[in-house]
Amino acid sequence: MGEPVLSVRDLTTSFRGPQGWTPVVKGLSFDLGPRETLAIVGESGSGKSVTALSLLKLVPAANGRVEGSALLGGRNLLSLPEGEMCRIRGNEIAMIFQEPMTSLNPVLTVGDQISEALILHRGMDRVAVRAESLHILDRVRIPAARERLDEYPHRFSGGMRQRVMIAMALACRPKVLIADEPTTALDVTVQAQILDLIRSLQDEFGMGVVFITHDMGVVAEIADRVLVMLRGDKVEEGETARIFTGPAHAYTRRLLAAVPTLGSMRGEAAPRKMPDFTEGGESAGPSAAPDRSPAYHDEPLLEVKGLTTRFEMRSGLLRRVSGRVHAVENVSFSLARGETLSLVGESGCGKSTTGRSILRLVEPLSGSVRFEGREAIGMGGAQLKALRRDMQMIFQDPYASLNPRIPVGRAIAEPIVVHGLAGRREAEERAADLLEKVGLEPGMATRLPHEFSGGQRQRVCIARALALSPKLIVADEAVSALDVSIKAQVLNLMLDLQSSLGLSYLFISHDMATVERVSHRIAVMYLGEIVEIGPRAAIIENPQHPYTRKLLSAVPVPDPARRGTRPPLPAEDLPSPVRAPDFVPPERIWRTVSQGHLVQEPS
Amino acid sequence: MTHAVLPGAPRGALHAMIRVFNVNKTSWAGLVILLAVIVIAVFAPLFTAHDPLAQDVTRQLSGPSMEHLFGTDEYGRDTWARLIYGARVSLAIGIASTVIAMLVGSSIGLLAGWYGGRFDAVMMQVMDVLLAFPSLILGLVIVAMLGASTPNIVFAIALTSIPPFARIARAPTIALKEREYVEACRSLGYSDARILLVHILPNIAAEIVVMGSLWLANAIRTEASLAFIGLGIKPPTPTWGGMIRSGFENILDSAWLAVVPSLAILIVIFALNLLGDGLRDAVDPKLKNEA
Amino acid sequence: MASEESLTALRQRLGLDRSLPAQYLDFVGSALSGDWGESMVTGRPVVTEIMTVLPWTIELTAVSLLLGAAAGIPLGVWAAVNRNRAVDYAVRVASLLGLSFPAFVSAVILLLAFAIQLRWFPVISARSGSVGAWFQSITLPALSLGLIMAAYITRVTRSAMLEVLSEDYVRTARAKGVRWPVVVRRHALRNALLPIITVVGLFLGIQIGNSVLTEIVFNRPGLGKLIVGALNQRDYTMLQGMMVIYTLIVVFVNMLTDIAYGLADPRVKLQ
Repeated sequence: MGEPVLSVRDLTTSFRGPQGWTPVVKGLSFDLGPRETLAIVGESGSGKSVTALSLLKLVPAANGRVEGSALLGGRNLLSLPEGEMCRIRGNEIAMIFQEPMTSLNPVLTVGDQISEALILHRGMDRVAVRAESLHILDRVRIPAARERLDEYPHRFSGGMRQRVMIAMALACRPKVLIADEPTTALDVTVQAQILDLIRSLQDEFGMGVVFITHDMGVVAEIADRVLVMLRGDKVEEGETARIFTGPAHAYTRRLLAAVPTLGSMRGEAAPRKMPDFTEGGESAGPSAAPDRSPAYHDEPLLEVKGLTTRFEMRSGLLRRVSGRVHAVENVSFSLARGETLSLVGESGCGKSTTGRSILRLVEPLSGSVRFEGREAIGMGGAQLKALRRDMQMIFQDPYASLNPRIPVGRAIAEPIVVHGLAGRREAEERAADLLEKVGLEPGMATRLPHEFSGGQRQRVCIARALALSPKLIVADEAVSALDVSIKAQVLNLMLDLQSSLGLSYLFISHDMATVERVSHRIAVMYLGEIVEIGPRAAIIENPQHPYTRKLLSAVPVPDPARRGTRPPLPAEDLPSPVRAPDFVPPERIWRTVSQGHLVQEPS
Repeated sequence: MTHAVLPGAPRGALHAMIRVFNVNKTSWAGLVILLAVIVIAVFAPLFTAHDPLAQDVTRQLSGPSMEHLFGTDEYGRDTWARLIYGARVSLAIGIASTVIAMLVGSSIGLLAGWYGGRFDAVMMQVMDVLLAFPSLILGLVIVAMLGASTPNIVFAIALTSIPPFARIARAPTIALKEREYVEACRSLGYSDARILLVHILPNIAAEIVVMGSLWLANAIRTEASLAFIGLGIKPPTPTWGGMIRSGFENILDSAWLAVVPSLAILIVIFALNLLGDGLRDAVDPKLKNEA
Repeated sequence: MASEESLTALRQRLGLDRSLPAQYLDFVGSALSGDWGESMVTGRPVVTEIMTVLPWTIELTAVSLLLGAAAGIPLGVWAAVNRNRAVDYAVRVASLLGLSFPAFVSAVILLLAFAIQLRWFPVISARSGSVGAWFQSITLPALSLGLIMAAYITRVTRSAMLEVLSEDYVRTARAKGVRWPVVVRRHALRNALLPIITVVGLFLGIQIGNSVLTEIVFNRPGLGKLIVGALNQRDYTMLQGMMVIYTLIVVFVNMLTDIAYGLADPRVKLQ
């Protein structure tokens, strides 16, 4: 490894709370070599982000305390006075953050923000600063850098803003770059671009990178060494290949086992549960596949034809329609009883709006949604209320999905009472049963949502959705906000419920690896349209549409041996689904690849 | 914490109040002063032997004394008695107009936020115009046109106080409408009334009540301002604004006549502001999570 | 008692014999052409009466706004960066107290203290050409309104700064090595100005209304005194004109607010 550029010893960071000081990072030590990438991995609450802030001394002094040492170029950062530290931050050690949308100052131009560090640390004059800023903006591969230098951040997409953040951080050629979840908020194809960029700039600038992430796939792609954290402690550290092939610590093994790997289901038709690994227990191995297969020969439960949902954008004094978001455009598919169809795609592709349109949470413009042969579009009042007993939804954010003031038992019982299925008392008994069914204690019914963890809340949401004994559940990114280990448990619960109750799922997700695990069939959405649909194996193993291929190849695979096999992606944004008011969507031609596998001919 | 946008769920109102006051100790001072003023106003006869309307030509404009704590006015009436009976008028008009504004304003905000569209656009346009127009001038004109009776003054003040309540109710309604638990309510087939009353209103009520305490201060101030201009409750009924107005006419030789009611108004409004500010801090989730 | 004939004549002269829509159109038409009729009391054109006092009100509002911003913005920033320290508590309580003043109470107290007791300023504002006299006539009225403005701006600035200081881009600036005072000025305050502009713009309307109280206490000419006089004398043509001018002022203040906001926020395009 050579002489380390950054050497951290006994880093302990504590925060003051109502019960005194609580350590969040406990005696962490590690070295970072030049040109080396060290990934710090952990789930939420592991202290990985606090570690990053501690190294730059950005922990608020009022209620945070940092102890230990961090040697950079022979000086201990943690004991430097603030004035000295200002000369080092952005100069010798730089940082990029998770949220590119909010991390740039909206009232300063991109050029101003990049040149700020150069003026501070390099004392350059106006002309030199401008030339250098332009140079660095070119280096992070922002197209038309010269024009974009004088633009404000709101004109940049998330991916482009993250490039600007990187340009800012690297402007003074720091020895160490700390990247705190830099791709977590980005779409998978953009993530792949940013990872490529960080890697190539690292080679060019010869810096050490501390890469903080929760995503084992990203770790496998980028890290030389891995440090695994659990509740403020380092549990394991080692070469990336060694960590993936022979993890020493039980927690690392559980973490790796919980990560779905794209392509791991080759040759299997049905979804498969994740290995069970409740904390403390070792992996119990994959359990049997669900014993019920979808009823393909019956009439489909749900049949969607030509579903189109658009949102009008108005502007100007007269609020004239200046454009339309073609959120869902001529979408058709069917769903059998007991089947899981996944809608996958990146942000803005219309997958969520499709789900909401089917449930009539947004009004579709046209198309047909037949549920058990009845047309749902245009249904009103009592009919719609009755239909809602059969279709339910689970949402992404388990914190926002429950009314904070209503005890969970009452929240689960409420729909039963509202639909007149039972009296209050009986409904509450049923709620207790449902809690048990989703793996919670019936005694928890009197607790308020804030007394539950994220995973438990998602279980409560599932219980509430089940209260009306629905036939279809639309799961909109239902496990995306959960930590990997919790995610696996909730997925397993959903699969169990499917096999015991014969539920159909419309599983909306951006995460290809999870989708592969749970689906019978997959539909890929792009700019409001389905571009390819078919059986799971066909889509994953034999993708036809260029976008499907791009999406699949961008997914980071948690296997360091397969690193670098992906062709680099050009720096580009996702196109926007906003069209002019007079836009007429083109006619699409479909090609049948194999039985049930259809692909849209690229226009 | 980014998800805790809603105020945490309190176990009970009393418990919540105590927690609020522990967060912000100055609100205690506000509450104590306010309760004292209310007690004195309600039981005014117990706190003075004088009739606020009794004139005494032998004691015109006499300075503070043992007999008359804050002296007498130009008709020889006791200033302290007028002050505490005047508190009744200030508080009654203030509370009545604030409660009306709160009910009307938050209903408008709730419905406009929930239904959106044209109704929302029209209502908020009206609110914006009402908000931007100088409220004192509007109040002045309404009272002058309709006549300076108590109901008219209450109406005028209530009307000018509706827009802030409409806004404070509308913004979180819109935010909650997009919230996943409210979408879940819709997908569970709940009626609009049920969603609004059971799932949205309780979550925004705290903010509305806080706003109420701050606008009560404003209502008392507006009532006094109208009286000071000469458009308040007609004499001889004592009002604070009216007392300052008549005291101001004698300011060169009997300054206390203007100063005493001025300080009384200042103290009451300050107390209400302290209380409202403390409550707001406690209710504001952004501040609470950091504290 | 007026005779039936003279009443009819008056109605005709005022155009009250025509239909309401016709009267309204007539009014709008002449208001747009600058003819707002004559005062029913003085007989002078309403426009002339209003234009005579308008500069006084604008001057009072503008000076008190400047005073308020000059004191309020630095105080608010100071309190925000010292959050939960003694300074912050002191500024918060002081600004809350300032905000509790009815405009006439602050005016009465200032008048009593500085004009009657200390005799630093004249009790009645006179207007003559010299700068000294101008200063003497504007100081107390502007202070009495400026005090409330300052209290308000302090609070708005403090809360806007607290919000902005917790933004991600402030952390980004610190990670670049920008010193704290520069972070506060260049990165935080510039963003905090946006909510300050919006809220102060709205408050300005209220303050223009409140200036009526100041004008009464300091016996200073202005829109407020004019409207009170018109109300007392039931001078309806004057009142009509006053409502128009207040509306125009509100529209104008809104426009200024929008322009200021557009200048401060690059995301808003000025058309």
